[in-house]
Amino acid sequence: MIVTPFTPMASLLGGALIGLAAVLLMWATGRIAGVSGIAARLFPPYEDREFAGRLAFVAGLVAAPVLVRLVTGDLPAQTIAAGPAVLIVGGLLTGFGSVWGSGCTSGHGVCGLSRLSVRSLVATMTFMAAGMATVFVMRHWS
Amino acid sequence: MAILVQFAIGLIFGIGLIVSGMSNPAKVLNFLDVGGIPAGTWDASLAFVMAGAVAVTFIGFSRVLKLARPFFADRFYLPTRRDIDPRIVAGPAIFGIGWGLAGFCPGPALTALGFGSVSAVIFVAAMCAGMVLARFIAHLPSSTRFVTPADPLET
Repeated sequence: MIVTPFTPMASLLGGALIGLAAVLLMWATGRIAGVSGIAARLFPPYEDREFAGRLAFVAGLVAAPVLVRLVTGDLPAQTIAAGPAVLIVGGLLTGFGSVWGSGCTSGHGVCGLSRLSVRSLVATMTFMAAGMATVFVMRHWS
Repeated sequence: MAILVQFAIGLIFGIGLIVSGMSNPAKVLNFLDVGGIPAGTWDASLAFVMAGAVAVTFIGFSRVLKLARPFFADRFYLPTRRDIDPRIVAGPAIFGIGWGLAGFCPGPALTALGFGSVSAVIFVAAMCAGMVLARFIAHLPSSTRFVTPADPLET
């Protein structure tokens, strides 16, 4: 594993930007900024006519590092230690679970907690605990 | 215009993910690694991401939701469910395992695509397959008999 530096100020600032985006999306479209819900609804079945807006939001997410690299000339470190098999299993579980549980870190963890939703609190505590348990097993049970 | 605004909002969200460190799976996994506390390798940064995001969203939502309607839509589409059903625990438990395996949740995984990483492409392809599968199963007649609404995508 790689030791990463503790970055409270940058993380607080980045978190505030995520919050700003969530507030702006609610102001503009009246919808929760839940990335799993937005991404999942790019696939059928289609239940409304918001496809283009969702695609634009996802395109913005993907374009963000391109813009950061253009403006600052560099990108922060990104270390992906997982191999292809772990990425595939991890991706399947992340996609399935976030839809099955009606949201992920953004929908439940940011928007849901901010709305004082008990369902989101239960969901957030559950995925935090499951994530911590998984990392514990992967790193310390060998 | 609404499309352009949603692109800009996605851009702000993505920049937030990058600035905060969430777009780096190593940082996410070191936060989830509470077993690393004794060794001093635990990275508490992500707690600050959540704190910053929830603080701004809590204040912002309370103001925005006082408006008569959103700028580009006829009404607010807020989740209404309050019940604690099996899915609200099972789903996040499954998602949490995937998160702990690779260090990606959906937002940072999509932003990682823009880093030009092949690993991110593999993860996102599998993630999309998982999402489609979950919606497919949720829409099967046998599951709608027991659970309403059928679509779990409500947050």
